[in-house]
Amino acid sequence: MRALLAAGLLALTATAAAADDGRVRPVTDPAVLKECGACHMAFQSVFLPARSWSRLLDGLADHFGEDATLPADTVEVIRTYLTANAGDTGGRGEARKFMRWVAPGGTPLRITENPAFLREHRFPESVWKDPKVVTKSNCLACHRRADQGVYE
Amino acid sequence: MKRSILMAAMLALAPALALAGDPRRDAILSDYAAEARRVDPAFAAFSAQRGETLFRSRWSGGDPRTPSCTACHTADPRQPGQNAKTGRPIDPVAVSANPRRFTDKATVEKHFMRDCKSVLGRECTPVEKGDYIAFMAGY
Ligand code: HEC
Repeated sequence: MRALLAAGLLALTATAAAADDGRVRPVTDPAVLKECGACHMAFQSVFLPARSWSRLLDGLADHFGEDATLPADTVEVIRTYLTANAGDTGGRGEARKFMRWVAPGGTPLRITENPAFLREHRFPESVWKDPKVVTKSNCLACHRRADQGVYE
Repeated sequence: MKRSILMAAMLALAPALALAGDPRRDAILSDYAAEARRVDPAFAAFSAQRGETLFRSRWSGGDPRTPSCTACHTADPRQPGQNAKTGRPIDPVAVSANPRRFTDKATVEKHFMRDCKSVLGRECTPVEKGDYIAFMAGY
């Protein structure tokens, strides 16, 4: 019994530690989770500045080559959430590492091109070609709790 | 005359009703049947077999990563799939494995639009959409 409790405490401590450094605030908006999450993980809004989210939402008809068009009212719901919780508006902690690399007024569109991302992802091509991975934006292939904002 | 139109309408509805499961899915199917009849008054019924052919065929004209619906939904729609473009897992699309499929019109329309463009390089017709649902509902 005591052993179990100790194990439980250890597990808790580990989670708390993750919350301190690796943790990114998870997405909570149901429209973002549903619409963005239909095709890829709904990336945490702090990884891009608000103006980047707005540009992405203005270009859904050609979303990295995909037609990801959504009804206008849905787009506005998503825009409200993403821009209010973006790296430059609601970002704390982990997000700062990403925003440091964003030029003032710059509008990056790919999180995976941020040096803060690249620095942590120097892998041989074979890793990216793994059939479980498919693309660099498939966080969940390796970070099993990425959708909860935990990148370990 | 009136009666024969009514008969035709009932006949056209019959296959949709035969699949009866979720009334929302039936409503989506009868919407597509009405659209199909508007394009072709001789339209009779959806065909699960044609739906399966649509699902399994290798098309050209779409994205080379997705020549077929099976590229993401796998050859066995009762199994989970994987998005060939993003790597994200996809829940099974056969109704027997996932009864919530094809019950929300907006979701269904959105995916037909995206996925048909991705695979066929064009939108699917109302007949193709109804056939596809008929196949998935019976699979
Ligand atoms: C690029 C990958 C991909 C391909 C190829 C693809 N789909 Fe899909 N499809 C998806 C995803 C992702 C979903 C949504 C997954 C979810 O809701 O879990 C989906 C869902 C759907 C839905 C909505 C089902 C529902 O929940 O009601 C329909 C309809 C559909 N697909 C039709 C097709 C047809 C028809 C084809 C072939 C012409 C096709 N798909 C090929 C990725 C794909």
